[in-house]
Amino acid sequence: MRSCLVVDDSKVIRKVARRILDELSFDTNEAVDGQDALDQCKINMPDVVLLDWNMPVMSGIDFLRALRALSGVNQPKVVFCTTENDMAHIRTAMEAGADEYIMKPFDREIIESKFSQVGLI
Amino acid sequence: MKPEDFEFMRDLLKRKSGLVVNPDKVYLLESRLTPLARSHGLESLDQLIDKVRTSRDAKLVDEVTDAMTTNESFFFRDNTPFDILKKHVLPFLNKNRDSKKLRIWCAAASSGQEPYSIAMILKEQSHLWNGWDIEIHATDISNKIIDKAREARYSQFEVQRGLPIQMMMKYFRQESDGWFLNEDIKSMVKFEYMNLLEPFKNKGPFDIVFCRNVLIYFDQPTKTEVLGRVSNVISNDGSLFLGAAETVLGISDHFKPVKGQRGIYVPSAMDATAYGGV
Repeated sequence: MRSCLVVDDSKVIRKVARRILDELSFDTNEAVDGQDALDQCKINMPDVVLLDWNMPVMSGIDFLRALRALSGVNQPKVVFCTTENDMAHIRTAMEAGADEYIMKPFDREIIESKFSQVGLI
Repeated sequence: MKPEDFEFMRDLLKRKSGLVVNPDKVYLLESRLTPLARSHGLESLDQLIDKVRTSRDAKLVDEVTDAMTTNESFFFRDNTPFDILKKHVLPFLNKNRDSKKLRIWCAAASSGQEPYSIAMILKEQSHLWNGWDIEIHATDISNKIIDKAREARYSQFEVQRGLPIQMMMKYFRQESDGWFLNEDIKSMVKFEYMNLLEPFKNKGPFDIVFCRNVLIYFDQPTKTEVLGRVSNVISNDGSLFLGAAETVLGISDHFKPVKGQRGIYVPSAMDATAYGGV
């Protein structure tokens, strides 16, 4: 079973994402911000990170840069999932090492489609 | 809905579009046609049916057909057909067409995602197609949806269904009212109205025909009739793509499946290994 870390400061979003990921047979963990996510990744690297952009403590983009700077680890796929829906943010995310990008709101079809694009389904 | 109204609408839809509406789909008629009745200032679906019956207004009948047509579509739908197209069909045609002419037909193009996906694939392979004369014809029974396809404006939801982010960045521009496909891709596709039940106006031969997720709405004789006519406009070594829930088996002798490659069919006399079949 593949594992996914859902990183979002909204409990509601984490719950919705978890429900979809359960249906897609992912083993799901949650993190409330970028720092929490980074700490969890250092202990147990997931196959994919579903990542919000705007969060307290550490933003999604800062987390991504820190994650990609880690050496000697199996780098996971990173799929942004954010309300930032303009081309400039998308470019920044892709340049920082994101694999896919979801613009909120999302549903199961979009998550399935994007995870399929990065070879996880 | 009164039984005689249902019968009338069922016959009308079958005759005009081939759409088969079984009695268990009364709810579908009600849910799709009630908004249309309201948009015409009518109080109920009964009134709309009366108006269709008495006026025989061709425009209104088109609107009814439009409303009943399923237009769900997304980019690179089901992935596999597009992978087969990219890896097997296009390389074969590229190697074997001395005329350097490639003709593709999307027979139920809906809001355009399917022909535009094909156009994007060809654009990505542009080094292979330099100097080629490429035509992508896209047809649909709904004039309304053809207008949308021609506009090539998609919602945030639509550009996220099936379209890889790198392609979205490359081929779309964002404006305040949606995501617009770039002109270089848009101009590769020619849209026109076409009812698959009527004699085909577009002349073959086509090298590739996409006719996906439309036969499922037809009854068996209509499927046979449509596939027969498709066989008349497809080249001897052409390929036909059907939807995942569709087949030619038991319906048409004109085509056979390419074993090992889901959703692709070739003329019966053709060697299917050309398209990666086993």
